[in-house]
Amino acid sequence: MASNDAQFKPGFWGWLNKRLPVESFFREQLLEYYAPKNFNVWYFFGSLALLALVMQLFTGIFLTMFYKVGDTTSFDSVEFIRREISYGWLIQYLHSVGASAFFVVVYLHMYRAMMYGSYKSPRELLWLFGMFIYLALMAEAFMGYVLPWGNMSYWAAQVIINLFSTIPVIGPGLVEWIRGDYGVADATLNRFFSLHVVAIPLILLLLVALHLVALRQSGSNNPDGIEIKERRGSDGKPLDGIPFHPYYTVKDVVGVGVFLLLFAVVVFFVPTFGGLFMEEANFEPANPLSTPEPIAPSWYFTPYYAILRAVPNQRLGALLLLMAVLLFFFLPWLDRSPVKSVRYRGWWYRGFLAVFTVSFLTLMYLGLKPATGAYVTAARVSAIGYFAFFLLMPLYSRWDRVKPVPERVSFHA
Amino acid sequence: MTDAGAKADDAGVDSDRRKFLTIATAATAAVGAAFAATPFVASWQLSERAKALGAPVSVDLSKLEIGQMITVVWRKQPIYIFKRSHAVVAELVRNDASLKDPKSAESDQPAYATNEQRSRRDDLAVLIATCTHLGCLPKQHFEPGDVELGADWPGGFRCPCHGSRFDMAGRVFNGSPASVNLKVPPYSFPTDSTLLIGDDESAAQGAA
Repeated sequence: MASNDAQFKPGFWGWLNKRLPVESFFREQLLEYYAPKNFNVWYFFGSLALLALVMQLFTGIFLTMFYKVGDTTSFDSVEFIRREISYGWLIQYLHSVGASAFFVVVYLHMYRAMMYGSYKSPRELLWLFGMFIYLALMAEAFMGYVLPWGNMSYWAAQVIINLFSTIPVIGPGLVEWIRGDYGVADATLNRFFSLHVVAIPLILLLLVALHLVALRQSGSNNPDGIEIKERRGSDGKPLDGIPFHPYYTVKDVVGVGVFLLLFAVVVFFVPTFGGLFMEEANFEPANPLSTPEPIAPSWYFTPYYAILRAVPNQRLGALLLLMAVLLFFFLPWLDRSPVKSVRYRGWWYRGFLAVFTVSFLTLMYLGLKPATGAYVTAARVSAIGYFAFFLLMPLYSRWDRVKPVPERVSFHA
Repeated sequence: MTDAGAKADDAGVDSDRRKFLTIATAATAAVGAAFAATPFVASWQLSERAKALGAPVSVDLSKLEIGQMITVVWRKQPIYIFKRSHAVVAELVRNDASLKDPKSAESDQPAYATNEQRSRRDDLAVLIATCTHLGCLPKQHFEPGDVELGADWPGGFRCPCHGSRFDMAGRVFNGSPASVNLKVPPYSFPTDSTLLIGDDESAAQGAA
């Protein structure tokens, strides 16, 4: 079948398709793109991450219309948006809650990939692009957090930028270069605005495009970790695949509905989420002479923050924080198991995945608590669990007694 | 070369020359890119205005009493200035055993403050109030045996962010995430009751 026979159709449709492959593009990408038929609820979060990105771009464009960057204007303009612009409070909450929702969705999306071994061959690059998206997202969230120039914004910038001062030799000079002043100042705020609004969104869009192209190249993994392309029917189509459209477009619409419902409940009833999504100290203007107490980063950074604080040495703490993030990148090569999905793995992997899950959630909780006594001890124990999952993986994933993987996916209609 | 004769067009091509030219062109482009990047990288440096606003700051000390602390801002950084009694200065040496860097060998301060009390004048401490861990503002806990810090607390500072503790000379205690003592800015005393922060060369060096 010719790939672009729509161009011979009469009328405008033919005219258009001769000049732009609209019909063939949608046919190839949606109707003839076969996705495994056994997706479960975990497979909602990819499309929801895309939705969250679009929502952040859209609400962000509107916030930029009213926001005035500058150390004397930023805080007031955010209050102006919240109090005096029609529905400004809503747009602002959609953006701030949207950031947290984005991280909820991305963390679940990543966890799905870990459970079902979606990072394993042939999807290593797909995973790496995803991890770069995660890095860019962290930078985007951090810089966005600084923009309202509340007191927590200021001190978050101070602490995070100072992490770079732990780099030997170049550290102090690098920190001054990042800030553009002797301390966190107007210059810092201005460049963060530019990066948050222009540079990083462009990088994010590029990475998302690469992520999707890489996904189309290897096809989606599934809860059984079976390559559906290896079992084709007489028509050449994967036996366990169904066309992405209409099956998964319709399924994703249901996911979007549920997501938006929960999202709206938070936006309208608990937009600060008890201080987790927006901290109280950020409703005061930036004050270089008063550190808010207690100081804690946004919830999505707290696991790393807890690791940083658990180490009684500044350079080692920063190094472990960096490692905690970067180890995700190496998962495809740390994992030596012959099977992908947790369904067919043995108890070694399952045990360590459980340790990782508990450690990550515990660290997330501890990062919100003061760094004293039992909290520090608990953070140290959890950090060991966290790192053990990654660093011992080449060993336990080989020792693991895996179950035989069936030829066809398990599916109950 | 196996592929040299593959295409008729390539007959007689000096592939070494071609390779050299390709590499030379790419290398020239890389150097050009580095030059082109320079102004953009340099634009993030301190502006002339930021440097000008970083000029030395003069502080009047005539009203500062013993045990009192004032905070001034120099180069966007809070500076703690406090007057210590002779008793407090004399007791500093007792902390030495529990400090990470009692002699300030690893820490950042002008030569004239590389001493037990970490100051130019015995009584007057001038410290950059930026925790050397990650930059929060250490809180003043001057009272020995402070309720929050325990009966054996000798007096000093505690950082609310990550719990680093410092003594009355800004020296860091063992068990803190910070590794070095609080920094000391350059300073001098143009007159007996004036402190100039940011300049260690002003005329009279008040030997009080």
